[in-house]
Amino acid sequence: MGRHLSTKLLSGLALAVAIGATAIASPASAASLKMAWKQDATGLDPHKQTAFSSIRLLELIYEPLVRFDKDLQIVPAVAASWEFTPDAKQLTFKLNPNAKFQDGKPVTAADVKASFERVLDEKTAAAARANYLSIASIETPDDKTVVFKLSQPDVPLLAAMASINAAIVPAAEIAAGTIGTKALGSGPFKLDKWEPNSKETLSANKDWAGGKVAVDGIDISVLPDETAILAALRTKQVDFALINDPLVATLVPKEPSLQLNRMPVLAYHVLQLNASRKPMDNLAVRQAISCAVDRQDVLDTASVGEGKVTGPLTMPGYTSDASTLFCYKKDIAKAKKLMADAGFGSGFSATVIAANGEPATAAAEAQVLQSQLAEIGVKLNIKMMELNVYVDTWLKGDFDMAVALNGGRADPYPMYNRYWTKTGNLQKVANYIDDTLDSLMQKGRVETDPAKRKAIFADFEKHLVEVSPWVWLYTSYSYTAQQKNVQGFVPTPEGSLFGLSKVTLQ
Amino acid sequence: MSYLARRLLTFPLVMLGVSILVFFAIRMVPGDAITAMLGTEAGLLTPAQRAALAAYFGIDKPILVQYWSWLLGVLQGDLGISVIHGKPALAIILERFPLTLQLALMSMCVALLVGLPAGVFAATRNEKMSDLAVRIFAMIGQSTPNFVVGLLIIYALSAGFGILPTMGEFTPLFTDPLRNLGQMILPAITLGFAFAASVTRISRSAMLDVLSDDYVRTARSKGVPKRSVIWRHALPNALIPVVTLSGVEFGYLLGGAVLVEQIYALPGLGRLVLEAILQRDYALVQGCVLFIAFNFLVVNLLVDLLYVTLDPRIRLGEGN
Repeated sequence: MGRHLSTKLLSGLALAVAIGATAIASPASAASLKMAWKQDATGLDPHKQTAFSSIRLLELIYEPLVRFDKDLQIVPAVAASWEFTPDAKQLTFKLNPNAKFQDGKPVTAADVKASFERVLDEKTAAAARANYLSIASIETPDDKTVVFKLSQPDVPLLAAMASINAAIVPAAEIAAGTIGTKALGSGPFKLDKWEPNSKETLSANKDWAGGKVAVDGIDISVLPDETAILAALRTKQVDFALINDPLVATLVPKEPSLQLNRMPVLAYHVLQLNASRKPMDNLAVRQAISCAVDRQDVLDTASVGEGKVTGPLTMPGYTSDASTLFCYKKDIAKAKKLMADAGFGSGFSATVIAANGEPATAAAEAQVLQSQLAEIGVKLNIKMMELNVYVDTWLKGDFDMAVALNGGRADPYPMYNRYWTKTGNLQKVANYIDDTLDSLMQKGRVETDPAKRKAIFADFEKHLVEVSPWVWLYTSYSYTAQQKNVQGFVPTPEGSLFGLSKVTLQ
Repeated sequence: MSYLARRLLTFPLVMLGVSILVFFAIRMVPGDAITAMLGTEAGLLTPAQRAALAAYFGIDKPILVQYWSWLLGVLQGDLGISVIHGKPALAIILERFPLTLQLALMSMCVALLVGLPAGVFAATRNEKMSDLAVRIFAMIGQSTPNFVVGLLIIYALSAGFGILPTMGEFTPLFTDPLRNLGQMILPAITLGFAFAASVTRISRSAMLDVLSDDYVRTARSKGVPKRSVIWRHALPNALIPVVTLSGVEFGYLLGGAVLVEQIYALPGLGRLVLEAILQRDYALVQGCVLFIAFNFLVVNLLVDLLYVTLDPRIRLGEGN
């Protein structure tokens, strides 16, 4: 009987597996793009959401006045054209006459005014408000013209407006209090359905002023494991996917039917030193740490070489040759001498914090840095934290050192004013400021001549690396993987998926 | 008072304890819903902005006041509103529970259908090569983490055969049973793998104990066929430890199988709790934990009642 039962059982299991195999997914319907990502959006309010994953979804649904193209040039979105007055104290936009919200109503100057007033209202609690504080008043001479009057010259304001955090939403929805519960924008896709952390269904916006959307829609699945995402691509369950882990990304080109899109991004990996704590308050100690770090080795070991060693300025048009920066070539002898001069010839102990899986390479970076700094007697204790615990600790500045992946911007001023100005909101995290940094930032903010701005920020970068409050390491890539029949996707240095509006399925 | 009534009376007390633990524990973890939503950008908020967000997330009032108003809601069947989903926590939990229940039942079936016969088989061939083979297999099963099994299955299927169960879009059992089973069978096997190994080991040792008992020898000497002795006389007596193990394991499984749900992208309770914790969705965390604790209590009670059915000599609540 026992043997009989086992045979029955085995055949039962075999049957179940066979049923499983027949129920395997059929290929995606021809016109809707099947997409997968690991991390889902955390909310639908474009003014409030700052998480990378939320922005990626919302920029398909909403539009700002202007956006960046793949070369980080500012191009029209809701606005058709714009103009600064020569003193950079007034910025005027002409709206695209065809721009419509997804309910068919035209986008008007009143919507733009209401949107910015919402962002600036403290009760909205939009974190990006800090970027628009120079706006003193907003005028709407006609339905399609918006004039921003500024309290001070603010050249980087235009770049700051090229963000989904400055999305134009309908004034009526603001009044009704439905922003965040209902997604109604003017972008290429409409959100039909959202099940948080599971899936979202988007359909093409037929009235989109930006042109015809070639796919019928996008079905996004949240697959929390990137190995499973790769498996889903391999079996053609998914047409297009976002990949975070460089190790998984390097496996994509090994599959003949798949294509990997690799784009250098503005975000930078960095070892933050807390200059308000001993002995990192000592310039020589910070410089010694900078000289002892082999940046290329961190990149090669922690991130399988997927990236590029960088200084503080990561945006095209401002980047310099990293090898010319202070101690960008590992120099242990110099590092040891600096340590000895500072009175730390025998080294010291410090704790470095890093977030679990954010970025995917965080733990590996911390380990490589630990072994490199051991060479000059700095004993690093690594403390891995859950992301939210890390963020809380980081915001309080409660660390000796921190491994971080910080976001970049197309313009140096909005990217760094939070850290390296005397009134920066994140001074408590940066824990270092001097007059040179502050005055160079202020000069860069008001300068309208591109060549002069570039020179100002080059000085800023040189000085920042020399005083070494942080050790900038490298920039990495954003990855998307796709079936080869998916065509026309253009990645951008911001990691935007806006390019999906032009994608076709062959 | 009957045993059942006394057991049921302890439920509210246990639930109250759980509610206090989960409510305060999740709030003691650094970070809150604001940092979860904004990440490092939370540092750009002004105090007024922070206050507005705290009010939105319902974390602006003193913690005891928050607990009291939540508890009052729970007593009226309202577990609170999830800030991420914008829906009542209970509604979301009940949406996810059928999947978790099905996965638990299916993996338990896999475990018992494989583990019990294997354990009995090994016991009847004590110390022979086949016994050794089963024991080695059970050891491997028990010591392999289920995410490794899951990833290996996914890799082997997708790379070797180019197939994979549908991921990302879950089909409920009653919508399309075939498609549903196609999605669930691999996760159930993955989960059931280690569970089957435990069942094998426990049932083997329990069976060995029983087989050496006098009544088994008596039955054999009276000429009862071996097969009948094993399955009819010995097995029911060897089942008690298996039921205990399965009850505990089933209780755990009803709390969701986080890793397996992550790998196969199944929207079960395990992932729901994990995401709720990571995003500091307090109402959802609290609701899930209460719900899971309640299930655990019920399963334990059922297991105790099952003992009596299996072995009429056991009298519950009389000190035996």
